[in-house]
Amino acid sequence: MSLLETRKLTKSFGDTLAVDKIDFAIGEGEVLALIGSNGAGKTTLVNLISGLVQPDSGQILFREKDVTNQSVAGRIQAGIARSFQIVNLFDELTVVDNVALSIFSREGLTRHFWSLADLHHPVWEEAHDILRQFGLEDKASALAGGISQGERKLLDVAVAYALKPRLLFLDEPTSGVSTREKAPIMDVISSIVRSQKIAAVVIEHDMDIIFRYSDRIVVMNQGVILASGILEEIKQDPVVREMVFGPSHA
Amino acid sequence: MTAAWAVPIAVLLVLLPRAINPYQTILLTYGLVMAIAALGFNLLLGYTGLLSFGHSAYFGVGAYAVAFMVKYLHVDSMELFLLGAIVASIVITALFGYACVRYTQIFFSILTLALSQVLWSLAFKFFWVTGGTDGLRVPTPKLMGAASSSEDKIHFLATGYYYYVLAVFAVCVALMWLIVHSPFGKALQAIRDNETRARFVGIQIRRYRFVAFLVSGVFTGIAGALWVPLNGLTTPDILYWPFSGEIVFMTVLGGFRNFTGPIVGAVVFNYLKTYAVGHTVYWQALLGIILVVLVLVLPTGIVGTIGLLRARARKKTSR
Repeated sequence: MSLLETRKLTKSFGDTLAVDKIDFAIGEGEVLALIGSNGAGKTTLVNLISGLVQPDSGQILFREKDVTNQSVAGRIQAGIARSFQIVNLFDELTVVDNVALSIFSREGLTRHFWSLADLHHPVWEEAHDILRQFGLEDKASALAGGISQGERKLLDVAVAYALKPRLLFLDEPTSGVSTREKAPIMDVISSIVRSQKIAAVVIEHDMDIIFRYSDRIVVMNQGVILASGILEEIKQDPVVREMVFGPSHA
Repeated sequence: MTAAWAVPIAVLLVLLPRAINPYQTILLTYGLVMAIAALGFNLLLGYTGLLSFGHSAYFGVGAYAVAFMVKYLHVDSMELFLLGAIVASIVITALFGYACVRYTQIFFSILTLALSQVLWSLAFKFFWVTGGTDGLRVPTPKLMGAASSSEDKIHFLATGYYYYVLAVFAVCVALMWLIVHSPFGKALQAIRDNETRARFVGIQIRRYRFVAFLVSGVFTGIAGALWVPLNGLTTPDILYWPFSGEIVFMTVLGGFRNFTGPIVGAVVFNYLKTYAVGHTVYWQALLGIILVVLVLVLPTGIVGTIGLLRARARKKTSR
């Protein structure tokens, strides 16, 4: 049984068909890489599933429930969370505040205006614990806007992880960081995702990262799914080889 | 820092009327009233990132609610005035807020400005109800059910009424402190910093903005209700856009990125305006120049600048 399934999901922007009748599925605890050239429709697909944009047609089923018309908050409650290609943080709040906000929201505490946030001790303990898991504990009181790009990438994922999702979308989690930092970042994310049995969809351009950390690969091109399978199957597909590795590898 | 300073400042405010003359005490009362309005305004600007150019509307609603209660219901209790002003500002703020929070940035600002101008024109044109430019008079109210023992209005305003305003001010400051340091306050700051991310941690942006708008309007309405007995008269001037500008001015003057900035800004602005009006007919030009200098030289306002200087001094001594 799939955790998430899309049926004939379609989205166009003007004359451009960004996502064309896509049937996509991911199982519980699966780590899936979504690859394809720029403009293939990967980010649009993630935006549609996470609720940032509404589809023109088609259906999104999460745990067999139709979430196509649900708000972003509704989808988060259902168990869908995401990080962003360009880091999206609360830059003027501290690192620990960023994570705590997710926990406050998850627990329905952000409606509370009659209690001091600092007195919600379990929230802060959990926030610090998450920062420890992501290796950011020593940055807890720094402003999110003042830490390094690699740390910001990790924090972006930590903020999504603090929502306790069942499905996590990671939109280029290592973009903009040095080659040296990529593997350590993915090691941290991968170990947390796998230990918590969270299903993850990773959009990445770095093939080494994809081959090392994903269970299955979905290849997109011009708004459609070109191929889907485990690493060895994908590597043998001549169309994919040409698209991903260039004409000489076809 | 703010909490540590609260007690000595509260003691000072309690003792001050013994040390200064009644005129100065009344000036301070005006400052405290405007500080409540600025605190409310800053919940939107400083904590939610929304610049309202229409807060004169909620101040005016509070003031006119009191004036109408006096004229049409013959009420003279200050507690009922406050209650009436709160109810009236909830109604108007909810109505305006429903329309305004759908927009941000310049669209939000212009919409708040336009709606406040609608109220101003109603107060201006429906003179048989509002008294038009003559305004409506509000006599000395009963405080906690007790009428003023003195015939001298100045004495009443500088003693009983000052302490009444001070008590309401203290309650408002404590309430606002709680709100901005609550999980709700954190959510507002998250919306201010990054709306998209706030949505993706599950915060329903429009609903939170609406509540912030409502709270902000009610605080400003309470300030309006406290201001009328002090002024003795309400006219459409307090609904006009320059009055909204004054609320923005005092908040920027004190610093909108900290809790105490609007309070300090309101008190200082009140003295500044009073003395500018007393010394030159070009007082608006003088205040305009001060605002320009302020934005260029002290962008973090008085309190923000003091904070920066203290941090710099601490750094120096720790070396």
